[in-house]
Amino acid sequence: MSTVTATASPSEPLVRRELTTARLPKWAPLGTSVLAITLGCGIGAGAGLGSHLQWGLISAVLFLILSYALAAKVEGRRQAKDRFATSVVWVAFILAVVPLASLTIYTIQQGIGVVNGNFLSHSMKNVISSGPGGGIYHALLGTLEQVGLATAMAAPIGLMTAVYLVEYGKGRLAKVVTFFVDVMTGIPSIVAGLFILSLWNILLGFDYSGFSGSLALAILMMPVVVRSTEEMLKLVPNELREASYALGVPKWKTILRIVIPTAIGGITTGVMLAVARITGETAPVMMLVFGADFINSDPFNGPQQSLPLYIWQQYALVNNDFGYARAWGAALVLIAFVMGLNLIARGIARWRSPKSGH
Amino acid sequence: MTSSPPAVPPGRDRRSRRDSRVGDKIFFNLTRGSGILLLVIMAAIAGFLAYRSGLALSKDEGNFLTTFEWTPDAPKPVFGIAVLAFGTIVSAVIAMAIAVPVAIGVALFISHYAPRKIAQPFAYLVDLLAAVPSIVYGLWGALFLVPHINGLTSWMDQYLGWTYVFSQTVPGATPRNLFTVGILLAIMVLPIITAVTREVFRQVPRMHEEAALALGATRWEMIRTAVLPFGRPGIISASMLGLGRALGETIAVATVLSANSVLSLHILDPGGGTFAQNIALKFGEAQPFGRDALMASGLVLFVITLVVNGAARLIIARRKEYSGAAA
Repeated sequence: MSTVTATASPSEPLVRRELTTARLPKWAPLGTSVLAITLGCGIGAGAGLGSHLQWGLISAVLFLILSYALAAKVEGRRQAKDRFATSVVWVAFILAVVPLASLTIYTIQQGIGVVNGNFLSHSMKNVISSGPGGGIYHALLGTLEQVGLATAMAAPIGLMTAVYLVEYGKGRLAKVVTFFVDVMTGIPSIVAGLFILSLWNILLGFDYSGFSGSLALAILMMPVVVRSTEEMLKLVPNELREASYALGVPKWKTILRIVIPTAIGGITTGVMLAVARITGETAPVMMLVFGADFINSDPFNGPQQSLPLYIWQQYALVNNDFGYARAWGAALVLIAFVMGLNLIARGIARWRSPKSGH
Repeated sequence: MTSSPPAVPPGRDRRSRRDSRVGDKIFFNLTRGSGILLLVIMAAIAGFLAYRSGLALSKDEGNFLTTFEWTPDAPKPVFGIAVLAFGTIVSAVIAMAIAVPVAIGVALFISHYAPRKIAQPFAYLVDLLAAVPSIVYGLWGALFLVPHINGLTSWMDQYLGWTYVFSQTVPGATPRNLFTVGILLAIMVLPIITAVTREVFRQVPRMHEEAALALGATRWEMIRTAVLPFGRPGIISASMLGLGRALGETIAVATVLSANSVLSLHILDPGGGTFAQNIALKFGEAQPFGRDALMASGLVLFVITLVVNGAARLIIARRKEYSGAAA
């Protein structure tokens, strides 16, 4: 009896120590990061490093080392690894946020002073490009027409291909089409431009025009429309189709009157996202639309202008502060347009998404 | 007792049935036709580029694969893709080396680490940034990133110059080089890789994660044993999709890089070129034969992206089979 108590009493605190190891307080990660940033900035300023990028990178490395070392000392190796992983994930998050935020903020900062009524309603005709003034009206008009034409071509074809894949596609052809649609999503825009150039402009002998640009844009747009429409059609519950068949409605009418209207919200979203994607394409437009300083509202005849091409020309050809300013103004308009489309598209998706079937 | 349905005149019934059969046939052929049209377009792209490249290559006085210069419109046309292939691969490799780990981190952040209040809006924001046009990335890269990265490249030259790769021939030269291009491409493909990877991480069976946690795993051990193995095919295919975009990026590279026809392993030296950038830059002044030469390089780019994207899709397709995600 006495021997048992004698052995138990010294071992008791030992057991307790194994069950609850020491933990860092809750504010430890925050404290470590503050310490690391202070040290990083200190080292950066002390060593006279010009680039703030380096200050940030030093802070990030210090933060990783500190959080691992601290946790390893107090909590043990496994917990230290866990903390290290958490720190790495947070650092990755910040590494991703910083450039993307910088891009957005810098564009707004540079562009906001340029964009005004005059900028939006005038072209570059009779404007000396090395001087101030001028606007993007011709580019806006050109972009809208080219993108509109491309959408008018790509959306119906994309929609019908998706209908084929979802409603009819069973055989080998459907598999091949699915695969190549996926691969087609990754075609570089410049290759699409080269193709239209060799077919439309060289072989068939047409001249530079907005329409030849929209042909290339349509090629880039089709696979995106097919993919998103496909996903949306798959979400339409089979019960709806079966109910329609049971009433004797033929298949094509079922698709046109039941399936597509049910999924129309999602399809619209997909088309708008695709439009947003091709609006920013520069390379094919550069080869096929050619660019112009004046207003050309006819997309089938003669060179036009487009927003991305305008930015490129103001940056690369004009290449002075006035050109940069105009480029930033146009970039801001372009970003606002694309983001606006995205937001509206996602709004529609949320508003009219079909309830997923079984 | 039971009221029979109103009798349909037999003539009308037959007519409508025939109509519907014809309608079905027309509709089926229309939809199948547009599917076939897509295939025809793909085939035509390959065919036309191959045809024009054939015209160009037959008159190339240099070796297409090993020549550095690009002077197809000279009296003695000489052009080759050595510099372009090197630049394309190097910038894409740098972009992948930076973007893939960061994208995995961000995807994990959104799916497993972030407080839910941050995660949802942040995921939304990443999707939105994937839509920023590449010309805007290019403008930002040339006018903001290049001046700000100068300190970093000089520092790398000073302390890592002994690696040969990171030494600058002219210290402090404007960093319009392949390294900066790689960083810019990394920033551009990050949203795409993150979006796909995040979706895969979200599909990890909850049971796997809870089982790992129940066995006493820390969060990192749970991710290493349950999340990452499940998501590996998804990560690979997402990376390859990003790679495809990085390889074909045109205008952002053209704005940042100051191109020349020097193949240099000093990636911090301004110079080099990529397929797409070269086409965009040389196209304006190209004669008809010069255009054909550019199409030859375009064909190479097309084939490379085709292979990369096709491989990515095959990996995704295989994954669907064994995970049951298709069901």
